[in-house]
Amino acid sequence: MTAQTKIFETPLYPYARHPDQDATTPARHTAVVVGAGPVGLALAIDLAQMGVEVLVIDDNDKVSFGSRAICFAKRPLEILDRLGCGVEMVDKGVVWNLGKVFFDDRQVYEFNLLPEKGHKFPAFINLQQYYFEDYLVARARELQAEGAPISLRGKNKLTAIDQQSDHVMLEIDTPEGPYRLRADWLIACDGAGSPVRRMLGLDFVGEVFQDNFLIADVVMEADFPTERWFWFDPPFNRGQSALLHKQPDNVWRIDFQIGWDIDREKELDPANIDKRLKAMLGEDIQYELEWSSIYTFQCRRMEKFHDGRVIFAGDSAHQVSPFGARGANSGLQDTDNLAWKLKLIQDGTAPESLLDSYDAERIHGAKENILNSTRSTDFITPKSETSRIFRDAVLDLSERHDFARPFVNSGRLSVPCIYDGSPLNTPDALPEGPARARPGAPCPDLPLADGFLLERLGGRTAPRFQLLAIGVDVPADLAVPGLDLEVIALAPDATPALTERYLGEAQTALYLIRPDQHVAARWPGFDRAQVETALARALGKEA
Amino acid sequence: MSLILTRNTPHADDVYQRLIDAHEGKTKAESDAFNARLILILMNHIGDETVIAEALAAAEI
Ligand SMILES: Cc1cc2nc3c(=O)[nH]c(=O)nc-3n(C[C@H](O)[C@H](O)[C@H](O)COP(=O)(O)OP(=O)(O)OC[C@H]3O[C@@H](n4cnc5c(N)ncnc54)[C@H](O)[C@@H]3O)c2cc1C
Repeated sequence: MTAQTKIFETPLYPYARHPDQDATTPARHTAVVVGAGPVGLALAIDLAQMGVEVLVIDDNDKVSFGSRAICFAKRPLEILDRLGCGVEMVDKGVVWNLGKVFFDDRQVYEFNLLPEKGHKFPAFINLQQYYFEDYLVARARELQAEGAPISLRGKNKLTAIDQQSDHVMLEIDTPEGPYRLRADWLIACDGAGSPVRRMLGLDFVGEVFQDNFLIADVVMEADFPTERWFWFDPPFNRGQSALLHKQPDNVWRIDFQIGWDIDREKELDPANIDKRLKAMLGEDIQYELEWSSIYTFQCRRMEKFHDGRVIFAGDSAHQVSPFGARGANSGLQDTDNLAWKLKLIQDGTAPESLLDSYDAERIHGAKENILNSTRSTDFITPKSETSRIFRDAVLDLSERHDFARPFVNSGRLSVPCIYDGSPLNTPDALPEGPARARPGAPCPDLPLADGFLLERLGGRTAPRFQLLAIGVDVPADLAVPGLDLEVIALAPDATPALTERYLGEAQTALYLIRPDQHVAARWPGFDRAQVETALARALGKEA
Repeated sequence: MSLILTRNTPHADDVYQRLIDAHEGKTKAESDAFNARLILILMNHIGDETVIAEALAAAEI
């Protein structure tokens, strides 16, 4: 048995009886997160870091069984860095930049993600979801040891909820019987099958793709390079697609598209998987099968992401096909968006209506992800004969002509969401500034003399707003009651990357930055009234 | 730029014959694939998204 097999077989947060189970009146918690998947754990850490009391319950007591998600993008890694566990993941993960596309029996082209220099985090890492969750649990434990208000209860299954005006009543089942709890806020991070969504009778509509994918994670000593290899219609899987991608510890993700009409049991038989692997990688490969599974994919989302005091985040709110690695990556952006808003509402610094901006911004993100992953899925699995003819034409042309390569879609890899049109944005007053740092965008990273800019931006122990003043004087007495506001002053010529990423054609700039490192407003100079208005808007106090 | 829907090529018969000749000896599947490649090549050459949208609309008789 390999070490990594044990990770997802060992209870990480085993059941233990809690005094709440013996309380005569149900104990009250500020935030109860249902689900200790990547999204629930990240949210709980974010809340706890800012001092919001949070309890995570999960009906299981282990990390994800088998790997599931393997590709994590730069933006989620930046978010994880703010949560105190981004660097560990990169150190463990496999960094990759090169992708190759094969059609039939030949390579048609390759691409390089060509990550821009001067960022703390790479464009992508591959890391098994069980490691990802393991690091999050470790970070939660570390916070707990430091006295942060975070706790985790395994084998606690939510069975019913009752929404009241100022709290939610929860029924929880445990190996020692049921008990009840009250929560000011219930955040449902309970996955695509979300029981909470069902308990509230809320819709989850979208598209089901009539296809199955056989996923095999195998441990093997292989000298394939650290690249993403994607096959359209290869000889070893005629009429279908396949994927090969490396994970840490010599684990390889292999993905076979297998069509709609299949015999699941037969497909999952190790002898069948062995036959497929040998046809793909050669008769003489030596490997050990770590995990295999069959998936069908869907693209769907909820109409609204919150209902009273119940909030949905991650797969419970939206589901995408894995092409593009937009599942966990977008779930992390949900929690990044939500945590500071909940904290400010809880403190009374912002009105409850600030939550509406969570819906607006993250539904915008979900639509973008669903659009992209639907298009990838349609390219990989053409829905009509004509669609397949065009797909094959694109692949044939891509071998000879550059113009056709952008049409090849084996997954549009997750990029950070820009909240264009968000009610929290102040219209851009620095149009000559770079578009990538416009209001709604996450701040681009850059190297400073002593580290990276993003290490200094955003909220960690508090939902902090910041003014990034580039060649602009901001008076020292600028303060807003109840709000942590910090000024970071940089010289316009501090580094060429600062000019390129924040100034563009402008000589000076002032950026108002939210606790989640997104730009709320920007101007060429300081004007107290403008800053105050923009801050109020970013707090949801005015439309 | 907008889509040209008036006469734009001086030797209509010649150009048309080239298109037909290109399909000579091809099976239905080969012709379909050829047409798809041709459309993609022309679409990229045009480039302008509004012109392409107008062409798509014009093809919808
Ligand atoms: C094959 C595959 C490959 C993927 N690849 C990628 C990728 O490369 N990159 C990427 O970003 N995403 C990828 N994804 C998607 C990713 O796995 C999901 O988006 C992610 O796991 C969602 O996290 P979550 O926390 O929202 O939900 P989940 O991980 O599903 O966690 C939900 C949790 O809720 C708990 N729960 C459920 N009901 C209850 C209840 N009643 N009471 C208490 N607890 C409950 C469950 O036990 C579980 O722990 C992939 C998915 C698949 C299937």
